[in-house]
Amino acid sequence: MTVSSPSTMATDTCIAVQNVSISYGSQEAVRGVYMDIPRGKVTAFIGPSGCGKSTVLRALNRMNDLIEGCSLKGRVLFDGHDLYAKNVDPVEVRRRIGMVFQKPNPFPKTIYENIAFGARINGFRGNMDELVERSLRKAALWDEAKDKLNESGYALSGGQQQRLCIARAIAIEPEVILMDEPCSALDPISTLKIEEMMHELKKSYTIVIVTHNMQQAVRVSDVTGFFNVSNRAEGDRKVGCLVEFADTEQIFNSPSQQATQDYVSGRFG
Amino acid sequence: MTSFPRGALTYRPGLARNRYNQLFTGLAAVFTALAVLPLVLVLVYVLIKGGSLISLRLLSELPPAPGLEGGGIGNALLGTLIVTLIASLIAIPVGVGSGVYLAEYSRGGAFARFVRFGTNVLAGVPSIICGVFVYGLIVATRAFAGQSYSAVAGGIALAVLMVPTVIKTTDEALKLVANELRWGALGVGASKFVTITRITLPAALAPIATGVVLAIARAAGETAPLIFTALFSPFWPDGLLNPIASMSVLIYNFAIMPYEAQISLAWAASFVLVVMILAANLLARWLGKLSRT
Amino acid sequence: MATGQRPDLFAHRRRPPGEKLLDLSFQRLTVVLASLVGLVLVGILITVLGGSREAMGQFGLGFLTTSDWDPVGGHYGAFTAIYGTLITSLLALLIAVPLGVGTAVFITENIIPLQIRQVLGVMVELLAAIPSVVLGLWAIFVMEPFLRPGLTGLHSLLGWLPFFSTEPQGPGIAPAVMILVVMILPIITAISRDSLNQVPPSLRQAAYGIGATRWGAILNVILPAAISGITGGVMLALGRAMGETMAVTMIIGNSNNFSLSLLAPGNTISSMLANQFGEADGVQVSALMYAALVLMLLTLVVNVLAQQIVRRLSLKYN
Repeated sequence: MTVSSPSTMATDTCIAVQNVSISYGSQEAVRGVYMDIPRGKVTAFIGPSGCGKSTVLRALNRMNDLIEGCSLKGRVLFDGHDLYAKNVDPVEVRRRIGMVFQKPNPFPKTIYENIAFGARINGFRGNMDELVERSLRKAALWDEAKDKLNESGYALSGGQQQRLCIARAIAIEPEVILMDEPCSALDPISTLKIEEMMHELKKSYTIVIVTHNMQQAVRVSDVTGFFNVSNRAEGDRKVGCLVEFADTEQIFNSPSQQATQDYVSGRFG
Repeated sequence: MTSFPRGALTYRPGLARNRYNQLFTGLAAVFTALAVLPLVLVLVYVLIKGGSLISLRLLSELPPAPGLEGGGIGNALLGTLIVTLIASLIAIPVGVGSGVYLAEYSRGGAFARFVRFGTNVLAGVPSIICGVFVYGLIVATRAFAGQSYSAVAGGIALAVLMVPTVIKTTDEALKLVANELRWGALGVGASKFVTITRITLPAALAPIATGVVLAIARAAGETAPLIFTALFSPFWPDGLLNPIASMSVLIYNFAIMPYEAQISLAWAASFVLVVMILAANLLARWLGKLSRT
Repeated sequence: MATGQRPDLFAHRRRPPGEKLLDLSFQRLTVVLASLVGLVLVGILITVLGGSREAMGQFGLGFLTTSDWDPVGGHYGAFTAIYGTLITSLLALLIAVPLGVGTAVFITENIIPLQIRQVLGVMVELLAAIPSVVLGLWAIFVMEPFLRPGLTGLHSLLGWLPFFSTEPQGPGIAPAVMILVVMILPIITAISRDSLNQVPPSLRQAAYGIGATRWGAILNVILPAAISGITGGVMLALGRAMGETMAVTMIIGNSNNFSLSLLAPGNTISSMLANQFGEADGVQVSALMYAALVLMLLTLVVNVLAQQIVRRLSLKYN
């Protein structure tokens, strides 16, 4: 495993992952991951399915806590603080590191309430109408949704629902937004809209996105981590690992690892 | 090696297998008719014998002294409402809370398995035993302000009966809520408490309400847990710590009296009870349909 | 890009201690509420065990085999009631199982139009909602008078058998069995219907695909596949029948004199409790508690067996 230093890394590290291994019960899912996720950039995780990229993503805001029997070794530092230290409250972690999921999952509430919900529980004390409008504008949903703010979130199309979920996540102004294959359930036009939006969003947020689509990684990300399944573990057990972490341009044009080269050129995966 | 007979593909009713088919279908139809018949007969009798007696006077007066005519079931109607209300006020929080624990907090450990097992066992405890239990716990010990038989004791006995149903419906309804919804709430920084009370419980409201309505309907018609906890009273309810009348106990007491007036009142109370319970069941059915759309 | 300079409008970015406390208290509360179930079970066991100690010491296991119930002399034996509990529920089961399973087949297999099947299903379920005491009232004034000529005929025809050796005089074991059949039919039907619906469609298609007739498929393939679920339902119904109180109490006659005749009045444990518990004192209370303990153990065994059977079924098809 190689950790080549992306050129951007010198500037500012937002989340540092240090020697992290994650297991479900006795089954190790991913082993020995090191990376420094830069602030104010888009970082993409790519790799074949089952390589643990979503597992690592979910470890960044402690969503794995919700999965029975999931345990983590190593350290995840956010602004220098260990997210897995004993005194850390995972709820506070998630208020600063938001998440957008694979399947659009709006709450069974109105569009307005979907966005206001998170803000309220975070003790928002500004103008709620303004916040809703600002969040919907940032998520490029305002024009489509402004006339039906009081309708159910389910009244929207799949792509609109996902943008609502993104608006919901940015309404609480987290520092980092994690996106777990946010476009995998969407049509190409909705995907395009979300990708355009991400270029805007990275001006104010650090974004980490898991994607199975390499073109998407090229289009949206500044830094890319390539995960692979390795067979080096005992027996037939397959364990995920991070093969290479570098500037997106380098990963796709001149990767330092043969496995990365094979994957990005479509020879496997 | 014999070859199969190959004739025309027409249906021959005379074949042995086709005759058996008709015989069994006929038998199943008769069984179904026999199974549905009691419902029809009970409903017809209760509606005719009880329904013809219903009047405002009947619903608002006290039962007559033995041997006298007239009177009504006003106190029993009010008593059933009070006792069922007490039972619901206890059973709904306890049942929903336990269901929330099982579905949202427990991680399938030994304690959760024990609670699930205990819920099933409690659901199978005969209702008369619930009465015996509350008698021993509250009535015989005069636990409430030195009073023995009381509306509260009856309510607690009914609550013991309701709790397993409420736990099971809550547990199952919450399990049907998509995990993505929970993640969505936690992902914007909601605590477990906020996620449960603002997102998952509201999402599971219709199926939980269905189960709760059915549990209440069943409790309202129960007699065995009340006969030696709430007892009966020929008077209007007098506070929650005194014996109280209820329609089910009224039916039981009056049905075996040798007076025509009392027997009529038993039919009238049956009518009111059955109408209430059928209405509750239809409400539950409607709620259930609501939750599926 | 310095995020620290962003004006922070969110007062609770750091969770206030009150919020954390609420979160934790709520979790603790649900644990406490969930443990109430166990507490109630233990409470029931202690109440009944403690209450029956006196009678246990006095009568021992002989309580189960003697049928001498004499509050004046202070002798108690619950054999009549135990026998009554077992015989009424088993006979009711014997009648209700074919009826219930037959009904379940009729409303799940494609014999009549779907709408009619749904209406019939709802009707059987509504039967389960009718309070036991109302069925008791109906049994006293409608069912028993209707059955009596038939039972009298049975007596005059088969009176030489001990089971029909007495003249029917109204309340008795036979009418109690009939009302129990009405009460447990909905349970058997509903659970059988669920089990039949769980049989994988592929199995059904396979049977029809090799040319089985409808009843050939039902009797040889579909019912055997659903048998463990149906058995579980039958066990649950048995537990319910043994604990059923009101309707039985109102129609069984409440006699503690043992008789083999089904046409004679009898008693069950629950009807004895309903009848005597309120007015009993002294050793009689303890004897009744002892009987209640027997009833609890009987229903517990039946219910646990039922759960095991149902669990094995769900393992098989999930």
